[in-house]
Amino acid sequence: MKENKIIKGNNKSKIMKSYAGVLLFITLFIGVVTLFPERKEIIVNESVKYFIEMLLIIPAVMLSIGLFSVWVSKEQTSKYLGKESGLKGAAISIIIGSLPTGPLYMAFPIASSLLKKGASMLNIVVFLGACACLKIPQGIVELKFMGLEFMILRWSFSIILIILMGYIIERVIDVKKETLPQI
Amino acid sequence: MAIDFLVLNVLVLLALAISFFKSREKTSKVIKIAFKSLINTAPYIIITIIIIGIMQGFIPNRLIAEYLGEKSGISGVLLASLIGAILYIPAFVSFPLVASLIEKGASVMIGAAFITSLTMIGFTSLPLEIKEFGIKFTVLRNISSFAAAILIAVAIGVLL
Repeated sequence: MKENKIIKGNNKSKIMKSYAGVLLFITLFIGVVTLFPERKEIIVNESVKYFIEMLLIIPAVMLSIGLFSVWVSKEQTSKYLGKESGLKGAAISIIIGSLPTGPLYMAFPIASSLLKKGASMLNIVVFLGACACLKIPQGIVELKFMGLEFMILRWSFSIILIILMGYIIERVIDVKKETLPQI
Repeated sequence: MAIDFLVLNVLVLLALAISFFKSREKTSKVIKIAFKSLINTAPYIIITIIIIGIMQGFIPNRLIAEYLGEKSGISGVLLASLIGAILYIPAFVSFPLVASLIEKGASVMIGAAFITSLTMIGFTSLPLEIKEFGIKFTVLRNISSFAAAILIAVAIGVLL
């Protein structure tokens, strides 16, 4: 299943389709802004804000994907994040996930490149979960606004549940070794 | 938020410099792959941003604090998880928002549910997640994140 996706992903027509999708959404955007002129300012402001955020982060994310796929071998990824990596692999995934890498939607391409290199499904889910709700920079804000007790509880339960989620999803979606795409 | 970008960019530039120093050939390959994945991912990210922008225009954060501040109990937790799943609010903004929610009378449980579903479930980034991992994975991850949000909230509600 995964392999199919990758091959299709590199397909030119698929890329064309996704750019057609962008045009569709831009049309929707213009439509909404014209239909609701009173909302125009806030919609445009927010979009511009997130667009700038993206511009600041996307080159770094893409370069780190490039660096990762060139310098880190499949064997290394399998060893540290593969099926046999156990709790150590989950711990590594949480640590990488909690590093500052921007919003969750930036984590999907990173996670996908990890998966292609042989990381286990469990660790992918753990990585995405940590990316989402266990970020170190955000932790400082959390501590300030919610207090230490809340933070310790939320982080502990989150870690337990993220690993549990990874375990369940790995059981359900079985990525067989031989179907993993080659890089 | 600026620290986030600064740390990431400095780290990546440093790594790129080391890569360049070690092998120019490999580094040009790095840039090629980076460019290719940019072309592949950019449309999905642009779509995500448009959805976020339109959403923010119609559901300002202030409104959510007003609305969720008055809710309570398990139904409040469910509602907070649902709203959190649909909205996109950066984690940096979500903590002060939740703090103001609790100030307005919402329970800590509701706050925890809101934070978890807000960060873990990405309604706005569904197109990107489906592109990278397929529908089955996306549905599973988002639904189990929803369950996790409720479980975390209840656990924190019982203990705090």
